[in-house]
Amino acid sequence: MWGYFLKRILLMVPTMFGISVISFFIIQLPPGDYLTSLLASMADSGQTVDPAELARMRATYGLDDPMALQYFKWISGIVLRGDFGYSFEWGRPVSELIWDRMGATLSVSMAALVFVWAVSLPIGIYSAVRRHSIGDHVATFFGFLGLAIPNFILALTLMYISYKYFGQSVGGLFSPEYVGADWSWGRVWDLMKHLWIPVIVIGTSGTAALIRILRANLTDELSKPYVVTARAKGLSEYKVIMRYPVRIALNPFVSAIGWVLPQLISGVTITAIVLNLPTAGPLLLRALVSQDMYLAGSFILLMGVLTLIGMLVSDLLLALLDPRIRFT
Amino acid sequence: MEKASQIPEETGPAISPLRPGEDASKIAVSGQWTLIRQKFLANKVAVFAGIIVILFYLVGLFAEFLAPTSPTLAQPRFTYAPPQSIDFFVTDESGERHWQPHVKGYTMTVNQESLRRSFVIDETAVIPIGFFVEGTPYRLWGLFEMNTHLIGPLDASKPMNLLGTDSLGRDLMSRLIYGTRVSMSIGLIGVISSLFIGVVLGALSGYYGGWTDIVIQRLIEVTSAMPTIPLWLGLAAAVPITWSPLTVYFMVTLIVSLLAWTSLAREVRGRFLALRDEDFVTAARLDGSGQARVIFRHILPSLTSHILAVVTLAIPTMIVAETALSFLGIGLKSPVVSWGVLLQDAQNIRTVATAPWLLVWPAGAVVLTVLSFNFLGDGMRDAADPYAT
Repeated sequence: MWGYFLKRILLMVPTMFGISVISFFIIQLPPGDYLTSLLASMADSGQTVDPAELARMRATYGLDDPMALQYFKWISGIVLRGDFGYSFEWGRPVSELIWDRMGATLSVSMAALVFVWAVSLPIGIYSAVRRHSIGDHVATFFGFLGLAIPNFILALTLMYISYKYFGQSVGGLFSPEYVGADWSWGRVWDLMKHLWIPVIVIGTSGTAALIRILRANLTDELSKPYVVTARAKGLSEYKVIMRYPVRIALNPFVSAIGWVLPQLISGVTITAIVLNLPTAGPLLLRALVSQDMYLAGSFILLMGVLTLIGMLVSDLLLALLDPRIRFT
Repeated sequence: MEKASQIPEETGPAISPLRPGEDASKIAVSGQWTLIRQKFLANKVAVFAGIIVILFYLVGLFAEFLAPTSPTLAQPRFTYAPPQSIDFFVTDESGERHWQPHVKGYTMTVNQESLRRSFVIDETAVIPIGFFVEGTPYRLWGLFEMNTHLIGPLDASKPMNLLGTDSLGRDLMSRLIYGTRVSMSIGLIGVISSLFIGVVLGALSGYYGGWTDIVIQRLIEVTSAMPTIPLWLGLAAAVPITWSPLTVYFMVTLIVSLLAWTSLAREVRGRFLALRDEDFVTAARLDGSGQARVIFRHILPSLTSHILAVVTLAIPTMIVAETALSFLGIGLKSPVVSWGVLLQDAQNIRTVATAPWLLVWPAGAVVLTVLSFNFLGDGMRDAADPYAT
């Protein structure tokens, strides 16, 4: 088990490196560097910059260094000192801006993951056991629909429906009176009232996919001889199904963390922009539009790392659950 | 032929896979593509979805002719005008009903409090419409000067907005039809470029194995570990705003396809691993074929059907990606019209409340397309391997 664990962590290193290179690449993409944009904004406000000062700043930020050295400075700042660079739009270090937002992103993704599990497990089992029943067809239909409706369109539709029929606005995570308040039961309840729309919006496509997978896997398992044996022994139908085949068919639920998580984080990003949630999404979009590249790059890097950790966790859990994976 | 017809039918299995009345020899000699076609055509849902997809592409192809007017023609007199419905009979003064396809005109009311104009359908104003009418001149595919439109008002100065209008009074139906061309073609062009990357890398990885395989595998892993939307956002935001719409269109297509090749590469690699040691590959190699010939002449053709299926399933992802980017304002921009650009108008919930058609129709088009492509792709994937049970 420890060997497997170590191997997985080591395999993660090159992937991690790749993700950081991609993020750095995105930071470098827009023409010019951040001193040119700083200069432009200072010129707009009528200030002038002393050329000597400019040269000094170029040297401190290492803007004339070769690309590889710049990358090295950037990544070592993050890894060694937790220094993600400086956000020009906000006039603050990036590290002060991102953690709240990343925390919110993670919480909403987790809530969505729990939703995905809680909904797809019973429906998936039902669909497999009662194949081609009306309930199964209804579930399949909604499953296809769930896969086909892009997150942001679903968010817009739900917003429109709740605006039109319930007369309430659904943006944000809290009502205005709770935004800055301390945690209390009232605040938690308020959060719940706002959280359901993003959770449904983000979780729908994952739920649909997982129902299909569970249905297919369980159907395969149900026709195997050991199920017949269990039934022949006289076990109750509930036990026959829940005891063995469901447990085996559950593997995709654990491995789902690996591929559902990138989807969820992607989904949170765009849904949050539409619903104006205080997660990384809206801030990322704003940073990108105003070319505040260090902030944007840090978000992209952290989101990538978050998915990677999710994949690692899912692999390890899977290995714990299923010894066949550990030893091959 | 001779041999196949000699299959002794009476010694077959008790339960035959053949449908009653079908000749065993006919199936036994059918080529792979015949079998694939038969299996696909048996899947009614997939065939229906395929027809819808073809219709969408035809709409995109003949956008200029199908659209009642130009997508950029603003009618300041009819902003946020609601959709009109087509009626076929008019009743004249004497109470007789005549065959005359028409739509109803608008009357304007001004809300005294907010001073906002709103339009309602005026049941008394009849605007006769017809097929193949003359209207706004256009150039079909930029080549042929024409002014015939499939449907339109007989008097070109009268309004006909079957799906309503937007904030500038532009006809949503025409915009939706032109948007179909852009959105559907982005899917197609994007998939071709990701097909190229995916097939080349997947083939190299699966055929050579070893270090090539490890490096390409890592590359696939990194690309698929990145949450797509943040990365798309990052790449699309870097496209300079000064570029021409056409360049932006190709950049967006490229960005969208840049992340979509991984599933294709995986599929191709898996098939290559399976086929690498097949007898026909060994035979080709022993015949003295070079590596390129073995890959492109012998192995790739035998997985064409699988590639087609994966490609079909990849197109909707790209269409949604373009829509999402344009919706957020960093993909395609006006004056280019795509479904995402149309949905941008629906970003504000108050706008949607006044003009729900701005959300309903473009969103409906996206969902219907994605759904059709998914059903079609599923059907093709099932048919891709006709020998599987």
